[in-house]
Amino acid sequence: MTTTRALSLLGVDRIHGAGNSAVHALRGLTIEVAAGELVAVMGPSGSGKSTLLNLAGGLDRATAGQVLVDGVELGELDAKALARLRRHKVGYVFQDFNLIPSLTAAENVALPLELDGVRSRPARQRALLALDEVGLEDLADRLPQDMSGGQQQRVAIARAVVGERSLILADEPTGALDSETGEQVMRLLRARCAQGVAALLVTHDAGHAAWADRVVFLRDGAALDDTGSASGPESLLPETAR
Amino acid sequence: MSIPHGLLALLDQRPMYGYQLRAEFERATGATWPLNIGQVYTTLTRLERDGQVVGQATDEEGRQRYEITAVGRETLRTWFTDPVTLGDRPRDELAIKLALAALSPGLDVQAVVQNQRVATMQRLQELTRLKRDAPTPSAEDLAWTLVLDNLRYMAEAELRWLDHCEGALARVRPPTAPPTSDPDPDAASDLATDPTQESLR
Repeated sequence: MTTTRALSLLGVDRIHGAGNSAVHALRGLTIEVAAGELVAVMGPSGSGKSTLLNLAGGLDRATAGQVLVDGVELGELDAKALARLRRHKVGYVFQDFNLIPSLTAAENVALPLELDGVRSRPARQRALLALDEVGLEDLADRLPQDMSGGQQQRVAIARAVVGERSLILADEPTGALDSETGEQVMRLLRARCAQGVAALLVTHDAGHAAWADRVVFLRDGAALDDTGSASGPESLLPETAR
Repeated sequence: MSIPHGLLALLDQRPMYGYQLRAEFERATGATWPLNIGQVYTTLTRLERDGQVVGQATDEEGRQRYEITAVGRETLRTWFTDPVTLGDRPRDELAIKLALAALSPGLDVQAVVQNQRVATMQRLQELTRLKRDAPTPSAEDLAWTLVLDNLRYMAEAELRWLDHCEGALARVRPPTAPPTSDPDPDAASDLATDPTQESLR
């Protein structure tokens, strides 16, 4: 338990507004994600999933409690340091991919590196490597409009992990994909986690959440329950052997 | 699903010994339905009595292969072409349990739903782990991967149904107030007064 978590939310409250009209988006929420772990969060609309992702990614600040990325408390950083940490440590994957339409796959993946001051040649080389890892090396020079949804999401995942980034925040990453393609995306996220990346995934889809090591159920801004760490498949047999 | 039909389907491929039938049956169902060898022989005896299979001459080790008859093939064909009806399946204990729970005064039905949700999600995670570790299915493994997919879809359906139950329960009977440890009483009443958030998924 003493190892540094890739992401820790410790007793986090997020209250919008004040007084009678105050909305408690999160109440005393604690969630930790270790390096190499894939955690899924499920909950109905309004349960606080989006707020959770915004806080974890430093896009929003907690009203109370602590948010730590790689052991660094986000609440203690000024805006500039926070932006820097976000660029270096955190990758985002969205439902609608959010690729820049006028840039090729390789340029999209290289962009965060170039924004970080990496020269364009080495940035492109690392982008090609990242695309290779998601099986898209042949499509490096294609524009998003010439790719399928599944291919675009794989580009987005390559972009999310390029560089030294250690935390992926994914907001319904399979929401716009058919189930087969969604499964490929989950396989890919798992593969990234197997290489040490931590991922926090928000989804409505139980079938895709089940790819996670742990599923947290969110209700009214608090974690109601989670499925704990995995037990072995042997435990299946007495369940289903009827 | 019945064991006699399963054995007939396997024997339709080729004659087999009892121990072979058991191994092939388990392979086809991904060991989700273990058979003991006693069940196999009891079933074979009954099938032979009914003229569905016939035992071949015993070999020098005293073992006997069984082969399907024309009558057996006809039984098998009917089984494959007739749809499975509701009456063929056992009643679902969970559905009955939740229906009765909804009627029981003073019971925290939301907690019953949530406990089941965690358990079903754990099962779905385990099934998904089996699928994820399995190589791309070959023709040989197709049978059991289909069984595995069936179990996954059933678990997904159960989770959807549990979400539905939770929403319906919240509309009809507000959750019982949790013990005093709840720091904010609004938490419970939000759920009770805003059922739409449950039905938006």
